[in-house]
Amino acid sequence: AMEGGPSPRIREGDCAVLKRDDVFKAVSVLRRRKIIFEKQWFYLDNAIGHIYGTTFEVTSGGHLQPKQEVEETTTEAKEAGTDNRNIVDDGKSQKLTHDDIKALKDKGIKGQEIVQQLIENSTTFRDKTEFAQDKYIKKKKKKYEAVITIVKPSTRILSTMYYAREPGKINHLRYDTLAQMLTLGNIHAGTKMIVMETCAGLVLGAVMERMGGYGSIIQMYPGGGPVRAATSCFGFPRGFFDNVHEFPLSRVQSVLCGTFSSEEKAVLHEDTNGLPEDRQLQPEEEPAAEAPMEISPAEEQDTTDISAEDGEFKENREKENKESVREKQMKQWERRKKLKEAAALLRERNADGLIVASKFHPTPLLLSLLEFVAPSRPFVVYCQYKEPLLECYTKLRERGGVINLKLSESWLRNYQVLPDRSHPKLTMSGGGGYLLSGITVLLEKGSSEGRDSQAPKVEEEPASKRCKLQELPC
Amino acid sequence: MSFVEYGDTIKDGDTAIVFLGHESMFPVKVQHGTVTQTKYGVIRHSTDLIGKKYGSKVTCSKGGWVFILHPTPELWTMNLPHRTQILYSTDISIITMMLELKPGSIVCESGTGSGSLSHALIRTVAPTGHLYTVEFHQQRAEKAREEFREHGVEHLVTVTNQDVCKNGFGVSNIADAVFLDIPSPWEAIGHAKSALKAEGGRICSFSPCIEQVQRTCLAMEEYGFTEINTLEILLRVYNVRTISLQIPDLGQAAEDNSSSGFDSSNPSHQGSPCADLQQGTVQFKSGVPLREVVGHTGYLTFATKS
Repeated sequence: AMEGGPSPRIREGDCAVLKRDDVFKAVSVLRRRKIIFEKQWFYLDNAIGHIYGTTFEVTSGGHLQPKQEVEETTTEAKEAGTDNRNIVDDGKSQKLTHDDIKALKDKGIKGQEIVQQLIENSTTFRDKTEFAQDKYIKKKKKKYEAVITIVKPSTRILSTMYYAREPGKINHLRYDTLAQMLTLGNIHAGTKMIVMETCAGLVLGAVMERMGGYGSIIQMYPGGGPVRAATSCFGFPRGFFDNVHEFPLSRVQSVLCGTFSSEEKAVLHEDTNGLPEDRQLQPEEEPAAEAPMEISPAEEQDTTDISAEDGEFKENREKENKESVREKQMKQWERRKKLKEAAALLRERNADGLIVASKFHPTPLLLSLLEFVAPSRPFVVYCQYKEPLLECYTKLRERGGVINLKLSESWLRNYQVLPDRSHPKLTMSGGGGYLLSGITVLLEKGSSEGRDSQAPKVEEEPASKRCKLQELPC
Repeated sequence: MSFVEYGDTIKDGDTAIVFLGHESMFPVKVQHGTVTQTKYGVIRHSTDLIGKKYGSKVTCSKGGWVFILHPTPELWTMNLPHRTQILYSTDISIITMMLELKPGSIVCESGTGSGSLSHALIRTVAPTGHLYTVEFHQQRAEKAREEFREHGVEHLVTVTNQDVCKNGFGVSNIADAVFLDIPSPWEAIGHAKSALKAEGGRICSFSPCIEQVQRTCLAMEEYGFTEINTLEILLRVYNVRTISLQIPDLGQAAEDNSSSGFDSSNPSHQGSPCADLQQGTVQFKSGVPLREVVGHTGYLTFATKS
């Protein structure tokens, strides 16, 4: 199946996520590799073969051992106070000293037992209310019981993890905002999506998860290449990347104005001249850049290469050298091929949606990238700040070709739900960014039919007129 | 077209969305020989719709025009005929992500209600997943089946007409996720657990009242669910407006009418402000919250079976 036949068991080489309470960390499952997580160190060797979702205890020597479900020791009759009128904070209620606790830990005593001892040595514990006792135990458990759960990566887990650990790397895109984007963008299997993000590849990964390997994605990237650190944490099967294309932002304009293929030829020409063996780059000779590649150029290259080698070089070092040059050329050639494929996909101007979540100003991105999207398709832009989206909204209205524009933000509130103690959690996130979404429609040029019958018969309407026309249906 | 596959042109039998402007739209079933009335006049399906591209501007008989849009679960949610209270896209988004749904997922849902969430779930799990949805109201179950047929997604969904609290979902050990939107979800937690795969899965329950959440959480704990977490998500929509604020007359205008002094002393305005001291106003763009917004839909309680 395209979904990659997920194994419910932890395997060597898997991408997994460690979880302790609400803290996550993404790791590769490797043998004999020391992991440090939440001030603890351990090895994952023993986790291999267990089902995802298993909770482990960290034993001495850093081994993991599946946690046994223990019956809470509730045999003894509970004793509790009703209020705190007689509880005085004299700092002496705990009879165990710092050193005592450290000694217990050093002896390798289980966290559970340490918690029990702390309770027994607390003079005020019995006077605390039942609720306060509960809270005390929970707090101590959190500190002394070293348990971790190993879970399968997913958008839910990775977006929560990134927002908590490295919000700066994902432009403070909160997970509920990402969830809105995926829904507003109608991301699903079989679509052709354009994704422009500088969120470490998290948004790309989220889109890939929702597409399940069906359809295609064109990732637009700034600079030298796309960042996919977060994407790799998802542990997607290799096949998922077959239809993930990438295209540099700096070449967008050339695709839009049709100079891409000629530019490409010029670049190739330059490169070819600079390389020791220009013969290898022959496949670029094809007359029209858009013509599909019929012959497998890789094979062709192999043959020329081998014959050349046989005749000229015997020495190993030179051979290696040459091979690395060849590898480099192969890679370059591969990259150009993919680049051209991506350009061809863009040129069709029939993408099923556009997702933007970057550190850049959204307006120029939108105005250009929307050109590649088919009519009646959704687009979503994320921005950490509201103001650039206000401008983007105005410019899109002027441009036309979009309807149902909506500027929004979501609020997320977490709750503590316990018998007689339910309330919203004390802290909530202050901001998770803003979204501007809409739907593309056919952009009519120069037509003056419809409601605006007095419009002058000019080919290019003045901006203000266009603006007025668009304002009616929006 | 179907709700899980985009098409370029409008075809006979399609469900299309007629967009009249500013949140005003409605769905139509495209049929040869049929006409649809709008406030801008009549749309003739045979000539005005069939064969046209989705996203086209269609001129109505009175000269006004509308846009015809390809259906999506989100547009459907905004336009579907209500048979019950429905879930909207904001809640649906977080439900979909937190249940970890994707192509191939097997999902159980109850009740089906008006099918707002169902359409979104089907869209996400297609083409290899499946939705088992249970609705105890016979007429609603039947209506939902009919809609799924019309929308070209019937192969991705099974509607069962029974009481989920008494009879469960009609499947066991196959679901990756379960969603409950019923008055007494705590009575269905046991059934939810047995519907989920042996190796585990996710569950979500939607309830408007905290007392319902309370009982649901207790039931989840009783049945061994972990990671029990309750949250609430709210959408805040902003209108983009150009605002003009009047500059107070402090009696300085006559003395000094150069605007530079004003500009530097007022860093608060954003965007491309335009101070016109002659008229005595400053303009700026603002995202203005709506006057009245949805303050509560329901609490969402998530948990894991492992």
